[in-house]
Parts: sequence; C-alpha cells; structure tokens
Amino acid sequence: MNPRAAKAIIYGLLIGGTLVAVFPLLWMFSVSFMRPGEASNLPPPLWPAHASWHNYEVLFLRAGVGRYLFNSLAISTAITALSLAFNVMAGYAFAKLRFAGRERLFQVLLGMLVIPAQVAMLPLFLMLKYMGMVNSYGAVIVPAMATAFGIFLVRQYARGIPDELLEAARIDGAGEWRIFGQIVLPLLKPIMVTLAIFTFLTAWNDFMWPLIALTGQEHYTLPLGLASLSREHAQDSELMMAGSVVTVIPVLALFLAMQRYYIEGLLLGSVKG
Amino acid sequence: MNTQRAAWWFLAPALLVLGVFFLLPVVAALGLSLTDYDLYALADIRHLRFVALNNYWDLLHQPKFWSALGHTLYFVIVGVPLSIMVSLGAALLLNSPLVRYKTLFRTALFAPVVTTVVAVAVVWRYIFNTKYGLLNYALGLAGIHPVDWLGNPHWAMPSIILFAVWKNFGYNMIIFLAGLQAIPRDLYEAARIDGASVLQQFRHITLPMLGPTLLMVGILTVSGYFQLFAEPYVMTEGGPLQSTTSVLYLMYNEGFKWWNFGTASAVAFLLFVIMFAVTALMLRVGRRGEPA
Repeated sequence: MNPRAAKAIIYGLLIGGTLVAVFPLLWMFSVSFMRPGEASNLPPPLWPAHASWHNYEVLFLRAGVGRYLFNSLAISTAITALSLAFNVMAGYAFAKLRFAGRERLFQVLLGMLVIPAQVAMLPLFLMLKYMGMVNSYGAVIVPAMATAFGIFLVRQYARGIPDELLEAARIDGAGEWRIFGQIVLPLLKPIMVTLAIFTFLTAWNDFMWPLIALTGQEHYTLPLGLASLSREHAQDSELMMAGSVVTVIPVLALFLAMQRYYIEGLLLGSVKG
Repeated sequence: MNTQRAAWWFLAPALLVLGVFFLLPVVAALGLSLTDYDLYALADIRHLRFVALNNYWDLLHQPKFWSALGHTLYFVIVGVPLSIMVSLGAALLLNSPLVRYKTLFRTALFAPVVTTVVAVAVVWRYIFNTKYGLLNYALGLAGIHPVDWLGNPHWAMPSIILFAVWKNFGYNMIIFLAGLQAIPRDLYEAARIDGASVLQQFRHITLPMLGPTLLMVGILTVSGYFQLFAEPYVMTEGGPLQSTTSVLYLMYNEGFKWWNFGTASAVAFLLFVIMFAVTALMLRVGRRGEPA
C-alpha cells in the first residue's frame, strides 16, 4: 500500500474514532443550553437556537444541585486527603522499613486486591448502621480512608529511594518521623500527586457504595442526585444534560490539567501482574 | 525510637481502616451468607437463624440467579473482547509513525474514561431514545428503521455494551500504547526487509510481543466487567423484562430493596467465586501460551 493512502486511512479512522469519543460530551454541553423541549425536535438540533442558562438556574435554585455539588466536593476532598496520608505512610513502611512479618502482611494486602469491594458492602452497611453512621458523610469517607491499591502504588514507587540516604540520616540521629517528613515525603511528591488525582476521581465518580450508605437527599453526592433526578425528570433532556455537565466538568477539568500525572499513575498501577 | 516500632506506627492507620472496614466485613459476609438475616433480624437480632448452605442451595435453584448470571456473562463475553479490540485498534492507530498531534488525539480518545458513569449514562440514554435519539436519527438517514434500544429486551444489553465500550476503551488503549512503544523498532525493520506485510508483522511481532500485556488487560477488564451495576441502574433499571439485571443488581435488590441480607451475601460470594475461577483460568491458559 502506498504511504499516502495508508496515511489517509489512518487519519480517517483516528478522526472518526475521536469524533465518536468526544461527540456525546460536546452534545451534552450544547443541549444543556437549550430551552426546555428544544432537543425533542426532529431532526435533533446540534446547537441551541438561543443559548440560555435556564437549565442551570433550575438545577441550582430549585433542584438543590448546589447541595449535591458541595457534598461531592466535601466527601471527595476528605477521602483524598485522609487516604493519601494513610496510604503514603503504609506504602513507605512496606517499602523501606524492616519489621517482622513484612512479606506475609504484604501478601495479604495483594490478596485483598482480588476481592471485589461489593462483597464487603452488606456487612459494612450493618456495621455502620449499628454505629449510627448510615446516612452521614462518614459512612462514605471512613471505609475509603485506606486502599490496598494506593499502598501498593506508593510502595512500588518508594522502593526507588536509596537506603543509604535513610541510613545516613539515622546515623546523624534523625528520628523516623523526621526522616519521613523531611527526606521521604519530598521524594514521594510525584506519586502523591498521581495518587491524589486517582483517588479524587474515583471518589467523585463512585456510585454503588454512596447509593447504599447515603439514604437521605441532604447527603447525596452529584451522581446520586443526578440518578434520582433522572428518574423524576426523564423527559426533561435539557435539564438532565445540564446536570450531567455539572457532574462531569470538575473531573474533566482536573484530568485535563493534570493529565501527565494521571496517565503515569495508570501505567504504574497496571504493571502489578 | 527503633525502626521496627516506627514501622508499626506508620502502618497502623491504614491497616486499621482496611482491617475493620474491609477484611472484617468480608469475613462477616461469609458468615452472613450462612444465616437468614432479613428485615426481622434487622429489627431484633434474636430472629436470626443459622441456615448453613441453604441460601446458596436456594439461589442455585432459582431462575432469577441464573438469569442474572446469564446477563452478566453476556456483558462480559461480548463486552470484554469488543472493548479490547477497540482499545488495541485505537492504540495501533496512535502508535503509527505517520500520525502527528498524538497527544491531542490521545486526550480526546481518553476523555470518556474520566467522566462519571451516571452522568454519561444519562447522556447516552437520550442518544438511544427511540423517537428523538441521535442514533436512530443517524440510522434513519441510512434508511434503517428506528430501534427501541433500551426498551426492547433484545437490544437493551447490546446498547449497554456499546455504552460500556465507549466509556472504557481509552483506559486499555493507554496500556496497549505503552506496550507497543516498548517493542523494539528493529524487529519491524528486519521483518520489512524480509518482505513481511503489515498484517504479517502484526501477527508475528506485535501480538506475541504484546502477549503479557494482553493477558493482564484481559484479566483486569474481565473483573471490572463482572461488576456491572451503575450502567443498568441508570439506563434501564434492570429492565426491560429483567434483561439487564446483573448479578450485582440482584445483590443490590435482594439486600437493599428486600433486606434479605443472607441471600444477598450469598449472591456476593457466588460472584466472587465465579470471578476468581474465571480469572485464575485465564491466568493458567495465558501463562501456558507464553513462550518460557
């Protein structure tokens, strides 16, 4: 095949694929600015005839989406901060500190990666119920404060820290916490950024556990609020598109801004086989 | 402070969280699945009875479990190969030396992955709409009659698979791209000199070199797809005629709709065992296919 034709075919497929990938997202933006009922015309319009913020006003002023947005931000931020701290500490310990039973404990941790999270959900719900925590932010935050995956990721990265560096600090009389704070943490910064983005996106997009643990609307996150709105307002496509935009924009923006770290983390995390 | 003691302090918070909020519930789930824990037991724990393997026995004799498993397997068996093929195809295109603006294309193709399932499922529900949906409109231009994508029991699962492939292919695409970039260029160079066609190069160089990546991606995707829940919850509510009720959806309904925690735990464990068996089998078959 001559290179010119090959190039044309490759670009054709690539541009076609890109359009399929991006089109639903662009269409979502466009429809979110349409007037109620406008999208249910034939042929389906691609642009709003008169762009307006109407749907967003309805969402925030009447549907309580501001509350969901706040809940999502609060829960995802808390999970990210806490799990980052706990996972980094544990990952460092597994990588660089010697203690009895380290290898066996790490094996247990790897074993946990195989168990689907849903197996734990029913007893976890009962446990939180007896603790009086169902339908609180804590019900979603507390179980997510550490993950086997996060510890694993940090451990893989922290293994690259030279032992001599830590030994030298110990000989100089530095305590373990000081070594961690002043030598280890700065070296782990790249993986911490990666893990933070990963955790935030996962927490933001999570659906099944919040659906179980948050039973009252006042604690709903955006995905829960959106799912419940879409059952009430199935016909109001313009309104639902605006709701989807509000839900997707923060994570999409975070991804676009921090793409490099995200993709590095994805590759690091997938070489666990 | 000695290192050993410090280590346990570093580990304590994470291990405590994982132990109390994950391992303990997993063990408890096994116990729960051997009881008849239901709404009565929830009100008063004295109603709780030990039923041994009865929940499992009952489930294996109920059509609703088998049909949920059937729908999940349908999703996995059709969805996983389709996803992987699309991912690999996109990675091959991106890896072509003829292509410029790779980062731009990569970002665009990856964008669906970071979006929220619920939000984009809502969007796709409108694309699949029988009357006003863009999909039927586009097909109409080609002279194809409108299809009731989400309302027809035959089409609902294929529609959800289509959505899942769109949502997820970018993830594996990135992994394949890294795998492709690790293949030495001179292998292709040598093959070209020997007169191998593009297709032959793909079969005899790319595929074997990508073997371990393919196996890993396959296993991760299979375990991910077994956990189908949010897509049918938002797009079809498990219908029409239960045709998109997955195993996890059954667990959710049994547990949090009907409060049959014993049965629901048994469903969760059965899913776990099936997933474990399938991935272990894939690992064995995959390892055997590898050159030593």
